[in-house]
Amino acid sequence: MRFNGFQIIKQGLTGNRGWQVHWRDPAPKDEYDIIVIGGGGHGLATAHYLSSVHGLTNVAVLEKGYLGGGNVGRNTTIVRANYMLPGNSEFYSHSLKLWEGLEEDLNYNVMHSQRGIINLFHNDGQRDAFARRGNAMVNQGDDAILLDTAGVREVLPYLNYDQTRFPIYGGLYHKRGGTARHDAVAWGFARAASGRGVDLIQNCEVTGVDIEAGKVAGVQTTRGAIKAKKIGMVVAGRSSQLAEMAGFRLPIESHVLQAFVTEGLKPCIDHVITYGMGHFYISQSDKGGLVFGGDLDMYSSYASRGNLPLVEHVAEAAVTLMPMISKAKMLRSWGGIMDMTPDGSFIMDKTHIEGLYVNCGWCYGGFKATPASGHCFAHLMATDTPHPAAEKHRLDRFVTGRHIMDEETTGAQHNLH
Amino acid sequence: MRLICPICGARDRREFYYQGAAVALERPVPEADAEVWDNYLHLRKNLPGDLEELWSHDAGCGAWLRVTRNTVTHEIKAVVLAAESGRGTS
Repeated sequence: MRFNGFQIIKQGLTGNRGWQVHWRDPAPKDEYDIIVIGGGGHGLATAHYLSSVHGLTNVAVLEKGYLGGGNVGRNTTIVRANYMLPGNSEFYSHSLKLWEGLEEDLNYNVMHSQRGIINLFHNDGQRDAFARRGNAMVNQGDDAILLDTAGVREVLPYLNYDQTRFPIYGGLYHKRGGTARHDAVAWGFARAASGRGVDLIQNCEVTGVDIEAGKVAGVQTTRGAIKAKKIGMVVAGRSSQLAEMAGFRLPIESHVLQAFVTEGLKPCIDHVITYGMGHFYISQSDKGGLVFGGDLDMYSSYASRGNLPLVEHVAEAAVTLMPMISKAKMLRSWGGIMDMTPDGSFIMDKTHIEGLYVNCGWCYGGFKATPASGHCFAHLMATDTPHPAAEKHRLDRFVTGRHIMDEETTGAQHNLH
Repeated sequence: MRLICPICGARDRREFYYQGAAVALERPVPEADAEVWDNYLHLRKNLPGDLEELWSHDAGCGAWLRVTRNTVTHEIKAVVLAAESGRGTS
């Protein structure tokens, strides 16, 4: 079934009984050409582009839980292309262009909303840094406007402009940035891939990777052994565990990042706003909840839940920037497992095992990358050559020092991003 | 989460700075080749369960601590002074 306005009217008049399930629920076959491990946003996007761009449909996506139940189902939904360094710049630019055509490509409403992102700055040094970043974005072909205090006040009149510690000197305005409905992104990719014949296999946890003479042969799973010629690992915070099964380590530390949402409120925040007090950022979902977060908890964690000091800190930042939301009730908070790399940039590469590919290290910024991650990873797996937009994201860059993409300029070390 | 500093007693997590897996106690010799340094700097143990870690009691006595912590439950199994913990066991 294709979604369109006519269907909505027809189904509305007939009791909504004609809608169909979005994807098949097949049992695993004995063998596939390609297995993608991980049925999150990036894994499902990979399956979509393998089948749509490369015509490969003898493909399975293995998901240990339910589709889209990991970080793609619990993030703060921001989509942007405001990176600066070669490698990241062209990749996220590529991703934003894919976002802009995604709903037509998938025939699915992912509620992509280009409401604009404003990164506030609070001193002269930050202004210079944001001016430079904005220039890099414009050079890449994306958009950026440097606003002064009056310019920010015009767009965001409700901020607290009388701050002593973090006075608002201005902001970098990225109008094509915004948000999207996170679940719908996973569902749209799943529906498109399944419709072309890709098997999306849920409740199927990989328990071992079979390697014969330096080459992948298949995987062991909770639903039996499955053979494959090529295997792609797209499991975010669980990447180190999967790599361990294949006998190697990745340059990743798994950390917890918390996010928060308030009760539904009437529309009051029209943009995505970031604040210099501890990485605080906020937007308002279409349902009305204020969605916000801040820093990592800053210690290794597989707990999928955070600690209270960070909750307090994020709440302090929220009411410092926007006193108007101090009475809003926090509805829930959650924590996701982030696969942090030493330089804060992702890894998309072949491994030393023939036929085994890795797509990981998305740190706390994987959502905006979802389409391009799938698009470039599908290219890598199908053609055995890296896509030009992701060719700098090598697995060996921390040994060679080539193409380290350290946006925060803290050095390529763990614990600093 | 609270850590029991051997010098100061049980203290709030906010007093401590996290440095990661306790591999920093096994610094390679400067002449070691790139692979050894890569293992030390980047390819650390990162699995759910007990992890040997280095924490610094920044807002307290300033001591470096070797902490055994479960990364799934946040349970602290052991805390000893890094200076007294010896090397080469993580």
